[in-house]
Amino acid sequence: MLSIKNLHASIEGTPILRGINLEVKAGEVHAIMGPNGSGKSTLASVLAGREEYEVTEGEVTFKGKDLLDLAPEDRAREGVFLAFQYPVEIPGVSSTNFLRTAVNQVREYRGLEALDAVKFLSLMKEKMKLVEIDQKLLSRALNEGFSGGEKKRNEIFQMAMLEPSLSILDETDSGLDIDALRIVSNGVNQLKSADNATIVVTHYQRLLDYIVPDYVHVLYKGRIVKSGTKELALELEEKGYDWIKEEVDSAATV
Amino acid sequence: MSKDNQILEEFTSKEYEHGWSVNYEVDEAPIGLNEEIIKWISAKKEEPTWLLEWRLKAFRTWQEMQEPDWANVTYPKVDFQKLRYYSAPKQQKKAKSLEEVDPELLAIYERLGISMNEQKRLQGIAVDAVLDSVSVATTFKGTLAKLGIIFCSFSEAVKEHPELVKKYLGSVVPMTDNYYAALNSAVFSDGSFCYIPKGVRCPMELSTYFRINAANTGQFERTLIVAEDDAYVSYLEGCTAPQRDENQLHAAVVEIYAATNAEVKYSTVQNWFPGDKEGKGGIYNFVTKRGICAGDNSKISWTQVETGSAVTWKYPSCILKGDNSIGEFYSVAVTNNYQQADTGTKMIHIGKNTKSRIVSKGISAGKSQNSYRGQVQVMKRASNARNFSQCDSLLMGDRCGAHTFPYIDINNPTAKVEHEATTSKIGEDQIFYCNQRGIATEDAVALIVNGYAKEVLNQLPMEFAVEAQKLLALTLEGSVG
Ligand SMILES: Nc1ncnc2c1ncn2[C@@H]1O[C@H](COP(=O)(O)OP(=O)(O)OP(=O)(O)O)[C@@H](O)[C@H]1O
Ligand SMILES: [Mg+2]
Repeated sequence: MLSIKNLHASIEGTPILRGINLEVKAGEVHAIMGPNGSGKSTLASVLAGREEYEVTEGEVTFKGKDLLDLAPEDRAREGVFLAFQYPVEIPGVSSTNFLRTAVNQVREYRGLEALDAVKFLSLMKEKMKLVEIDQKLLSRALNEGFSGGEKKRNEIFQMAMLEPSLSILDETDSGLDIDALRIVSNGVNQLKSADNATIVVTHYQRLLDYIVPDYVHVLYKGRIVKSGTKELALELEEKGYDWIKEEVDSAATV
Repeated sequence: MSKDNQILEEFTSKEYEHGWSVNYEVDEAPIGLNEEIIKWISAKKEEPTWLLEWRLKAFRTWQEMQEPDWANVTYPKVDFQKLRYYSAPKQQKKAKSLEEVDPELLAIYERLGISMNEQKRLQGIAVDAVLDSVSVATTFKGTLAKLGIIFCSFSEAVKEHPELVKKYLGSVVPMTDNYYAALNSAVFSDGSFCYIPKGVRCPMELSTYFRINAANTGQFERTLIVAEDDAYVSYLEGCTAPQRDENQLHAAVVEIYAATNAEVKYSTVQNWFPGDKEGKGGIYNFVTKRGICAGDNSKISWTQVETGSAVTWKYPSCILKGDNSIGEFYSVAVTNNYQQADTGTKMIHIGKNTKSRIVSKGISAGKSQNSYRGQVQVMKRASNARNFSQCDSLLMGDRCGAHTFPYIDINNPTAKVEHEATTSKIGEDQIFYCNQRGIATEDAVALIVNGYAKEVLNQLPMEFAVEAQKLLALTLEGSVG
């Protein structure tokens, strides 16, 4: 579904991603871990099409299409969803109104009829159950004054509404309380299917206890320096990153 | 160019859609301004002597006055001698009813999306259409007359209801009030007159639609709204003009009088030609709007969505004379390209327990300048006066400007005045967030801007709110980033 080959990206002339290679197939869950500042959010932003980042090398194909060639909104319409690490607030725009615009633009792109208010609301009701989100939150302005955890839950609610084929969750677990973590993870698991894939960016094993990854990758200094199965995450939890950093840094000085 | 500017650029490049003009036979005054011209206008309109005297007095005062220069706008001085002060479409005879109005004139309004056909119109809005200097048609007169409501052109009111006009004309905005008000008093041509008798709630929205068509012609309309005790009316005003290279002057006066327990809501969607992308042409909109809450418990509410004009100078105000009276001002002012707007309000608290509320949302894009100028004045005997002001500015791009000039003058220690102001930039991250959910940039900007202006748009009657939302998006089209 997603194939990243030798991806290099920089911001304001500073290289951040320095040769990422990653293959994600339908039905898979990939976890991306790595120390702060290693480039995890940058990778997510580049995939979503944020224009501040300049792709200097490499290619990304998504469902057979050149992803880098698509405008951000078209990537979304093709099925790329990014649950933001820091969701922004949009004052005065209700979540409902925002999502209705989003859902209908995505549907139009996919050749589907726009949902009328009744159908849209019933879809919302259905998806609200999935992440146990309160109706009251959705009638408020998008993310405005939401608590950290509410924002994250709302991201996953939006994911449920948009039914993406590739979801990238950037530290969705941070800010969620213990119960919310379980609820939101359950929601993500229920949305999983043989046709879609998930990339979870996280620092903690506790999320991976719920959303069990098929593969775990460690990003460091803009490269994937280690890949493994879910056991790798457990090892990181126990040992930290120092041993990997040492491996990489000593190899680099040779 | 940064992404911000690039998106802004795309989003603000939409052309003005009402930029066309129509040829029709006109009846016009010679170019220039002097007492003879004023007599000519007055004679043309078959006015009584007292009104001519009133005009001439205003003209003499105006000649002594200086054009104000304190507003945060710059433009080449208007040469008042090069303008034409009266231009009217030639009609065979005075139309007695809609059926008699020249279909060609009605077609102009159809083209603007304003149907004068009563059957075709949504129930609930009566329209007075003013083309250049005269009112061409008023709808739903009969329905309104049954309730004793007078809604007609100003000229007609002078003929049919001289006692009312004489009583209220200049009572809220004296002819000597300011430079443009004095000019208007001297040369005003037409406008709307609206009178709601005691105890009557006007069952439909009353609306005036102003269209400038003729070149080099100033439009000086005069609107007078009177709500007697316990009366209620909601009044709408819309406007457009053709696209011309030279600037055109528009200097209107609106007066509102609210008696005891009366309520008047006045809403404007101003869409005069703003000039082109290089800042050429456009309307100079120098308007005086003022209402007086003369009676106790009365209320006047101004709502404006200002999207057009090259230069806007406009401060709809409330004189809160009656005890417990309420004044409100809700404004969205959008400027793009080279537009300049200096707009705001004055709330003058005279009566006891008077309240005022000011919500101003400025949006600037392109190389435009957008200023809020507001004054809250609490007089000595106005005990327990309350004011709340919220002035927000939204910037799109980094070549535009937003300015806030609040003046507060308190002469009674029991007054409570609150002022809040914010300035924000439309965020690249907000737009990206929308994009990431599949929303195109243009729609993202429309969403964000409408969200920002929501509190004001919510004040508009439904039909107008939808129009205003579209207009905001259209004005900013091509401007994001
Ligand atoms: N505008 C910028 N100019 C220079 N460096 C930047 C800029 N924006 C981000 N960076 C740097 O890019 C690097 C990667 O940041 P990124 O947000 O991708 O890290 P991350 O792996 O997601 O970290 P975390 O675990 O803390 O979320 C960081 O060192 C960051 O400081
Ligand atoms: Mg990050």
